[in-house]
Amino acid sequence: MTATKTRTGADAASAPTELTMAGALNAALRDAMAEDDRVVVYGEDVGPLGGVFRVTDGLQERFGDERIWDSPLAESGIVGTAIGMAIYGMRPVVEMQFDAFSYPAFEQIVSHVAKMRNRTKGRVSLPLVVRIPCAGAIGGVEHHSDSSESYWASTPGLTVVMPSNPADAYSMLREAIESDDPVIFMEPKSRYWAKAPLALPVTTAPMDRALVVREGSDVTLIGYGPTVRTALEAADAAAEEGLSIEVVDLRSLSPFDDETVSASVRKTSRAAVIHEAAQFGGFGAEVAARVTERNFYHLAAPVLRITGFDIPYPSPKLEEYHLPTADRVLAALETWEWELA
Amino acid sequence: MSLNVEHHAARRALPSEKPLRLLDNAGHAVTGAATGGFSLPDTETLLDLYRKMVVARRFDVQVTALTKQGRLATYPSAYGQEACEIGAVSAISADDWLFPTYRESVALLTRGIDPGDILKSFRGDWHSGYDQRSHRTSTQTTPLATQALHAVGLAHAARLRHDPIVALTFLGDGATSEGDAHEAFNFAAVWQTPTVFIVQNNQFAISVPLARQTHAATLADKAVGYGMPGFHVDGNDVAAMYAVTRAAVDRARAGGGPTLIEGLTYRIEAHTNSDDPTRYRPARDVEHWKRRDPIERLEKYLVSEGALTEATRSEITDAAEALAAHTRDVITTESELDPLELFDHVYARPRRALLEQRARLEAELAEAARNPR
Ligand SMILES: Cc1ncc(C[n+]2csc(CCOP(=O)(O)OP(=O)(O)O)c2C)c(N)n1
Ligand SMILES: [Mg+2]
Repeated sequence: MTATKTRTGADAASAPTELTMAGALNAALRDAMAEDDRVVVYGEDVGPLGGVFRVTDGLQERFGDERIWDSPLAESGIVGTAIGMAIYGMRPVVEMQFDAFSYPAFEQIVSHVAKMRNRTKGRVSLPLVVRIPCAGAIGGVEHHSDSSESYWASTPGLTVVMPSNPADAYSMLREAIESDDPVIFMEPKSRYWAKAPLALPVTTAPMDRALVVREGSDVTLIGYGPTVRTALEAADAAAEEGLSIEVVDLRSLSPFDDETVSASVRKTSRAAVIHEAAQFGGFGAEVAARVTERNFYHLAAPVLRITGFDIPYPSPKLEEYHLPTADRVLAALETWEWELA
Repeated sequence: MSLNVEHHAARRALPSEKPLRLLDNAGHAVTGAATGGFSLPDTETLLDLYRKMVVARRFDVQVTALTKQGRLATYPSAYGQEACEIGAVSAISADDWLFPTYRESVALLTRGIDPGDILKSFRGDWHSGYDQRSHRTSTQTTPLATQALHAVGLAHAARLRHDPIVALTFLGDGATSEGDAHEAFNFAAVWQTPTVFIVQNNQFAISVPLARQTHAATLADKAVGYGMPGFHVDGNDVAAMYAVTRAAVDRARAGGGPTLIEGLTYRIEAHTNSDDPTRYRPARDVEHWKRRDPIERLEKYLVSEGALTEATRSEITDAAEALAAHTRDVITTESELDPLELFDHVYARPRRALLEQRARLEAELAEAARNPR
């Protein structure tokens, strides 16, 4: 694909420092804003407060309120005005406070963000990023733990990505901001505080590629965002039982990296996809269908989906029963008929 | 410039409940309070507006006729709303941006967009058919009021860039009930963007009358709550629409912030060709409003001023007929469509899945060409 251009990091530290995913995202915004004055950031509480997850911490102090500011509290307004700003040549990065609160912006995203380029035969593209803190497992009260990815992923015209770790968070957000296509950038809330040593600016694989994050030979577990960790935990536990699990981090839901996923599945001949969202009509259905269509004769067993139940997201004290866990993944794998050679 | 959080607008007075007017229905210049202190544009400007309206009316009638012949999938007519659309759009310059709806085809025509390009969407060729960038005119938006936010965003970007650009957007009376209208008014006022909102109150949202959309005395009243000026204008008086919009545009360009202008007009035709207005409004109402025709009004004034000579009149008629002929020509010419283009503009960055689907359609088409049914 396109060659990755050299990124500058305004505060480039040569030695790795421990960064959380929130910190990595903050650094990506900071460096993108320093490098390109068309990048502007706005949303609810992103200014002096630094965002409810502190992803924009310190940015207004540094760049001033013409580069990053608190908008009125209206999500459709935030995305709708970002469209106008992008038409004028800016590269707005707007924040939805939580995914359930992105729904007022659904019309602007689906009817315009996704369609403007096609409607105008490429004359008007919208290089904007909608950042959406997503998914659950943070003990949030109702409306703070939704998984909205399949709504966006099933909309042609959108690019939908979800990093699972700090390095990808930095690199993918930089790439999303540089992209001429609009990007729905989903940030798994439960991973905001996950730490990793990072030397910035870090460039990981292009954001449209899935990555094999753990090699294995018996099963392919496919996850994205928060469930990559679940898959890795399951792989660790399974290894003790002698089962070798490969873990694929999708990173991008749309486009979908069939090549990497299929290569892994052909190697292992068994696949399962994990997500927090409900199963019915969820993104796992797309994964299972694609894997099956492309690799049916290489599969030793049906593709499994290990997901949240088909229920509205539970209250904090009950969410642990809903979320897919490593144990639940392992139990699901046992439902296959195993004839291990 | 700074987005000063301490700033609050002084409380504004409500707009007059009587529509602001510079020419009355008999074509006489209005004096006194009803003018709101605005003065009649000069004769040259009025002649220009007259010419644009006559040409626009001819275009609109022609397209409605072509639609009835089945040449277009749909056409939302602006018959009777010419003063509102043309008065407003004539007040912005070529560098400014326009954010129209499906209703504003004649405003687009006035902006210099070719009829063939305007009508590509209504004849079903592509969702938008003109060059949005060179005309600085966004697509004719269908999801109601959504375009108003685009206008606010663009105006804000221009302001941050210190470019003296104004964004003008149209929305219907029905659309003012949508959340996006409120968000647009509020964002524009809070950010003090150079945006002018033209609410075309044609008194219907398809079949639903204004009384079911708002309990406010006028739609312009809404401006006050957002801290911006609002004007309730006779939308069939092109002089007033032009003068008030022009003042709002100048004010916006000078950093004075947004304005909401309600043009009170009437939709003479059906909502679109597939609508049956006899189900929801009496013919006598339509007749009443036909007697308030915006073009006749200005014509009476220009004639009484001796500004409209027979020569000018016939020259304008010729121009209108030429445009109608051009419109017929482009519409009766088969569109040249390439189904493979369906895949070409979805993403800036090519996607394998779409390239594969494109190749499949290409093979299907080749097969169909080899073995026609
Ligand atoms: C969000 C949305 N809801 C519903 C519609 C369907 N619709 C198209 S036009 C229309 C009436 C709009 O009335 P108004 O805003 O007064 O504009 P007018 O057509 O009278 O110019 C409706 C309901 C739509 N286009 N968008
Ligand atoms: Mg209406």
